Amino acid sequence: MIAFLACIVLFLIGLYAIVTKRNLIKIVIGFALMEYGINLLFALIGFRHGSVAPIITQIDMPRRFVDPVPQALVLTAIVIALGTTALMLAVALRIYNRYKTFDIAEIRKLKG
Amino acid sequence: MRGMSLVVKVVTNIVVGFIFIYGVYIILHGHLTPGGGFAGGVIIAGALVLRILAFGVEPVSEKRAEERASAFESLGALLFIGIAFAGLIIGGAFFLNFLPQGTPLRLLSGGIIPLCNIAIGIKVGAGLFTIFLALAAIKYVMED
Amino acid sequence: MIELYLFLFIMLIAAVIATEIKDLLAAVISLGAVGFSVAIMFILVQAPDLAIVQIVVEILTIVIFVAVVFRTTHIDETIGKRFASTHILSMVLFSLFAFLFLAAVVQSLRELPRFGYATMRVASEYIRLGLSECGGANIVADVILDFRALDTLGEATVLFTSVIGVLALMRKIGRKR
Repeated sequence: MIAFLACIVLFLIGLYAIVTKRNLIKIVIGFALMEYGINLLFALIGFRHGSVAPIITQIDMPRRFVDPVPQALVLTAIVIALGTTALMLAVALRIYNRYKTFDIAEIRKLKG
Repeated sequence: MRGMSLVVKVVTNIVVGFIFIYGVYIILHGHLTPGGGFAGGVIIAGALVLRILAFGVEPVSEKRAEERASAFESLGALLFIGIAFAGLIIGGAFFLNFLPQGTPLRLLSGGIIPLCNIAIGIKVGAGLFTIFLALAAIKYVMED
Repeated sequence: MIELYLFLFIMLIAAVIATEIKDLLAAVISLGAVGFSVAIMFILVQAPDLAIVQIVVEILTIVIFVAVVFRTTHIDETIGKRFASTHILSMVLFSLFAFLFLAAVVQSLRELPRFGYATMRVASEYIRLGLSECGGANIVADVILDFRALDTLGEATVLFTSVIGVLALMRKIGRKR
């Protein structure tokens, strides 16, 4: 329960950075933090005490494994997170190229 | 993009091949041990990125490398979809495991799973390397 | 599992530093600290597949972030400026939302199985049939490439789209400016 709540708090820290920060790089960092929080929550939900990783090493071994489904869901999501982060950074780089600042309030003023 | 000092270049020359081989190993054993196409692909992309960071690259050859990596990514995606359609044609279901199972716990087992791992490994490795080249190595974008 | 809680604590501290520090380079390094803590926790909850991917992806993320920050500026000049009224408004709205969200989350986490006692209604079938139906000894590989392969196809499409997006944003040909 405390472990789950810590993941939710990490998610909220990321959301805080997205909503209240004015620097574009900080906003991208906030997105990355939200992704970490959700990935970790999924992996923690699938854990069972006294179990091993879901890999069969002998045919007749006792199959007391942790839940493989959240791991399979998160495995792809981690790589996708890198792709989306890179896309957001490309947009930020383009904006910096045009306005010479990362401050979104300044960018809004310079519009026109 | 400029390269780094001689020490970095020599160490990179020694290490980068081993990292690449490790990525290939992770992809090929993805159905037996931890890893698979996603992990191995990212490791291969890491090896290529290390080489670019250490030696630097000219803008002209970089453009060519980017086009080649992007072609490899399309090849991986086509391979993955081709395996899926092969299942549809042979057995009548998308992503059907149509190959024989082989001996369990051996390298040749799992039907289409190793083939899918190879396709995803090519796709992820080439895709992330393309992102890196486009985002981090192109200098002339900033000069307009 | 005391080490798990230790790493959760380190992760939260590093996350707060990453959002609040003035130097963007230090913020990126703190983001790396969060990512590597997450990787170690993946090992602690018996997910080696995730740990391998997380470590390598984290390294690439930091490389790309540092490349962007080096190219531009590494001072966050918005920290320490006088608060605008919209900023205060967004703070208030965020704290209101966070309070409601936490209350809802605490309610819904009661419905989940407790930490360390997963129910595994779907997964038990996958574990039983994984080796005999698909032939792969790694159950996670069986799930992502055989049982739920369409899911993986969708994720591959998203990755392809993001690569195309980055290439389209960073090209030079055809730009007027």
